[in-house]
Amino acid sequence: MCGIAGIIHKGKSTNVGGEMQKMLQSLKHRGPDSTGYALYGNGESNNYILRFKVGENVKEGSSAVMEDESVYQERVEQVNSKISTSGATLHKEEQITPYSYRYVISYDGDLLDLAKQIESVEMTEILSLGKSLELIKDIGDASVVANQYDLSDFAGTHGIGHTRMATESGVDIRSAHPYWAYPFSDVSVVHNGQLTNYWNNRRALEKKGMRFMSTCDSELIAVYLADKIRNGIDLEEAMRGSLDDLDGVFTYLVATKDKLGMAKDHMAAKPMVLYESDDLVALASEEVAIRTVLPEEIDTYDPYEGEVKVWQA
Amino acid sequence: MASIKKHKSTEMGLHDEVLTGRTQQVFFNPEETENFFYHDAHKVDFNKRTEIDANNLECIDINRKINELMAKGYGTIVIKNPGSKHSIGVGILNKLNLIIEGSLGYFGIGSVDGPVVRISGRVGWSCAENMMAGKVVVEKNAGSCFGAAIRGGDLICKGSVGARSGIDMKGGTIIVGGDAGAFTGFMMQRGRIVILGDVGPNLGDSLYDGTIFVGGSIKSLGADAVEAELTDLDIAWLKRKIKVSEIDKKIDYKKITKIVSGKKLWNYDNLEPTERKGAI
Repeated sequence: MCGIAGIIHKGKSTNVGGEMQKMLQSLKHRGPDSTGYALYGNGESNNYILRFKVGENVKEGSSAVMEDESVYQERVEQVNSKISTSGATLHKEEQITPYSYRYVISYDGDLLDLAKQIESVEMTEILSLGKSLELIKDIGDASVVANQYDLSDFAGTHGIGHTRMATESGVDIRSAHPYWAYPFSDVSVVHNGQLTNYWNNRRALEKKGMRFMSTCDSELIAVYLADKIRNGIDLEEAMRGSLDDLDGVFTYLVATKDKLGMAKDHMAAKPMVLYESDDLVALASEEVAIRTVLPEEIDTYDPYEGEVKVWQA
Repeated sequence: MASIKKHKSTEMGLHDEVLTGRTQQVFFNPEETENFFYHDAHKVDFNKRTEIDANNLECIDINRKINELMAKGYGTIVIKNPGSKHSIGVGILNKLNLIIEGSLGYFGIGSVDGPVVRISGRVGWSCAENMMAGKVVVEKNAGSCFGAAIRGGDLICKGSVGARSGIDMKGGTIIVGGDAGAFTGFMMQRGRIVILGDVGPNLGDSLYDGTIFVGGSIKSLGADAVEAELTDLDIAWLKRKIKVSEIDKKIDYKKITKIVSGKKLWNYDNLEPTERKGAI
């Protein structure tokens, strides 16, 4: 069934990593296979933050193919070379897990070109590339992933996250949410539901040159929105269009550098509980997640069918 | 409202609103709460009151504690700090005055028969699912599938409810002070739904039987849902029920729209002869 959650603070940076961890941990029962965070932080002096992986987590429960870790270093060296030849400058390099990295780079060229160069390295996938977005996803529950990637003190304005129950694709990082709206910086998507016209849309988007990294239907939403943005369509308008263009039952959250939005399909078949005040907006598949950050009595409601809402940080 | 077709079911000779059948007789008896009895029911005293702090308890522990307290004769139980946890107050087959100080998560007060429940906050999906009898009052909003498959009793939400309220409903009454989402009364089989605000698309889709009253606008009607004439009997019933529901809202009863089944779906050709007779 999967669980999704999001929180946005209006005009304030706070411990959004810790908040998202608590919210997602309370939704563990909706999806124990993997957890993902898209956190919007305070950035690194206007440089790009690149999160990428050169392999998969192959621990027990993973459906990824086992690899010798020695190949990871080789791939990282190739990535470094691609970054250098693309004209980007690498300022900071952090290895988070044997297969996962966080870089800070400066770059003035076309992000699509850079992304294509980096992802030309075998098994390498960019999880996010943006000036405030940091996308982290891995196998395990919210606390396992937060501890592994040291997210509990992450400061920022907003974030979205996902607890995944793998149904239509494997238990691996590649199929975990959130998805980055490649190649647009700072756009991420999480989704709860099923899309029934996935392949039709995927083939159409691939013909337009859009790239898919997984066979997870949720990735379609991110790619769909990216295609609309690429054609100059406003985010909210693109989200409204998705309600007609995407078949199935779904509720999804999308975040950009300074916005957080939600969309619910025409059948309202997937849950979403919403709380909004002058200071913040919190959303989740279940109210119990919102209560982890707002334990006092609050007024919440379920958005209706076909609703699209967008909030500014 | 513009999309409602103006044909009346009464003109079609299909719906005369005579309450027939065992469930209708039982569930619409004003003294319905007196009509149930379980051999292992606890004898409780409503004046005997106690509290449960749900803060650090799992739902199974809370429900077990309610049962233990009823066995000790407590007739009024207050649950503090429910924290939107799921499945609180399910399976109460007893007279009980249950007060929830806060909000519930999914499946709260499900499969109950007899208690009177007051919830000061909000409820998540499927509140009071399968309720047989009793009364549940929610002070704030409710999630989707509010009163799914209830057989009897009064289920009241003073705020707004999500989609598919009263889905598969087989009796009883649902009253909503605010708005309701898509597919309200979906596959409803008996009973009555009252929405005092606006309702979303596909109202009463695949409605077998029962009646839906709407005070506000209707986005669209579902398959087999048709508008019917609001009678004086309906208005009298609405006034009585809304008074009991404690919803403090000024209502122009003559502007309420009544929706019933057109009974045109294929399943009506497959009914048992006696059911068919009752339906037509």
